[in-house]
Amino acid sequence: MKKILEVKHLKVSPINEPRKVLVNDVSFDLYPGRTTCIVGESGSGKSLTALSIMKLLSSQLKQTGDIYFEGKNISQLSNVEMRSFRGKSMAMIFQEPMTSLNPVISIGDQIKEALNVHLDLDKKHLNKKVVSLLKEVGIPDDRISSYPDELSGGQRQRIMIAMSIACEPSILIADEPTTALDVTVQAQILKLLSNLKEKRQMAMLFITHDFGVVEEIADDVIVMYQGQIVEKGTVKEVLKKPKHAYTKALLQCVPDAKGIKKLKPIQHRAFV
Amino acid sequence: MTSKNIKNEMLLEAKGLYKTYTQTSGFFVRRQKTIKALNNVSLSIKKGETLAIVGESGSGKSTLARCLLQLLSLDEGELFFKGKNLTTLKVEDKKHLKRHIQMVFQDPYASLNPRMKIGEILEEGLLIHGLGDKISRDKKIRDMIKKVGLEVADLTKYPHQFSGGQRQRIGIARALIVEPELVICDEPVSALDVSIQAQILLLLKELQKEFHLSYLFISHDLRVVRHMADRIVVMHQGKIVEQGSTKIIYEKPQANYTRELLNAIPGKHFKFKVS
Repeated sequence: MKKILEVKHLKVSPINEPRKVLVNDVSFDLYPGRTTCIVGESGSGKSLTALSIMKLLSSQLKQTGDIYFEGKNISQLSNVEMRSFRGKSMAMIFQEPMTSLNPVISIGDQIKEALNVHLDLDKKHLNKKVVSLLKEVGIPDDRISSYPDELSGGQRQRIMIAMSIACEPSILIADEPTTALDVTVQAQILKLLSNLKEKRQMAMLFITHDFGVVEEIADDVIVMYQGQIVEKGTVKEVLKKPKHAYTKALLQCVPDAKGIKKLKPIQHRAFV
Repeated sequence: MTSKNIKNEMLLEAKGLYKTYTQTSGFFVRRQKTIKALNNVSLSIKKGETLAIVGESGSGKSTLARCLLQLLSLDEGELFFKGKNLTTLKVEDKKHLKRHIQMVFQDPYASLNPRMKIGEILEEGLLIHGLGDKISRDKKIRDMIKKVGLEVADLTKYPHQFSGGQRQRIGIARALIVEPELVICDEPVSALDVSIQAQILLLLKELQKEFHLSYLFISHDLRVVRHMADRIVVMHQGKIVEQGSTKIIYEKPQANYTRELLNAIPGKHFKFKVS
């Protein structure tokens, strides 16, 4: 299968403390139509990895290593050059839909804004496109002039998804998109995301701390611990036959819905 | 009293609780909407058992916790703690009874006073309820901090010097030091990483055994609830839609809403088994 994105030896450290490595030698590939989950605890570097791909890291952090998009090295591109990639080739959705949406602009206008950055559409086509996007994410089109505060958390996340897929990116990066949502809404959003991925043959990079979500949505899994990849493989390999001691220990901490497993907390000293 | 009797002793009984909020909306034209946060809620907790309240946001589960603690006043309904009616009791008697109901909060960062040392945080409850003299208080504090897996040296530190999991341990120590019989845990592990979550859940279970505690365990995570609860109350929009033993709720749910919740559990079919 053809790779759409290749991350090679990605490293992130603070500019002031170059010795402190937050993401250490991370390499992986993304494929069209496949979902790769990065799973790890807080501080494992999973969000930094995602932000480095979009080159959205804070100015206090420095990234090194190579990132290839469709064979082209994008790691050396300037901020201005990156703008033509963000949104169009790869898009991102975040954990808190309310903080990512502008509260004083109607949702229809916000989606139009996303379209206008990359596509040159006239007014009629623009409106048509917004309506079809809303339909695709399951929002009735009479909500087009609603404001974010009139929507529920799940609906807001659907709007974020509509904005992110507006310019038909080939990679969708989702950073804990369902963590702030209720469990029934989470199930709906996960289903929507995997349907969209399938239909549009996007590569999805999905960041989560929840092994239940991993089981639900992933094709491939990357387990991160203290900035490093400790294990990667297909979802079956990693969840059923974990190799690394940390993965095994982490899986033993996850309560299951059947309630048969005995929880066993991690002794963190064992992996450092 | 035999251990069997202890299990059957009723600790807290709530009968027909009602609580409504009014919400005002609109800038030029004021509209008022009433929200029934608790709509005829009745439940009971026995000594030594864990009763879980599950429901999504807006189901009224946190309002229920606050009403049981009498941090919020009820519109209607009766509360009995060890057979005494809390709603009609005099303030002085109530204070004595309220010592036996303590709470562990969701956010370990927001629920500890940043200007107080851990030792002071733990002592505060003892002082308020006038328990023991200086020497016995100190001994109690030192014993309790060790019980929750921290060290005596930690007593002179401030909350910001601890991680989220450690702060939750401090929150638990603070609740338990006044020797309560019922501890209300409002989403005690939802802000924690999964490995820390497992530690705290196990700690809660150990302490329950040691002190014969009853827990009212509020959670939206049905996987955690399955591990903790003896009985479950499912709430939806202020009403109890179903209650029963954990086994029956998970294996033979009656209400549609319960089934919907169980179906939404991520990774529900997967058996995590690590050899």
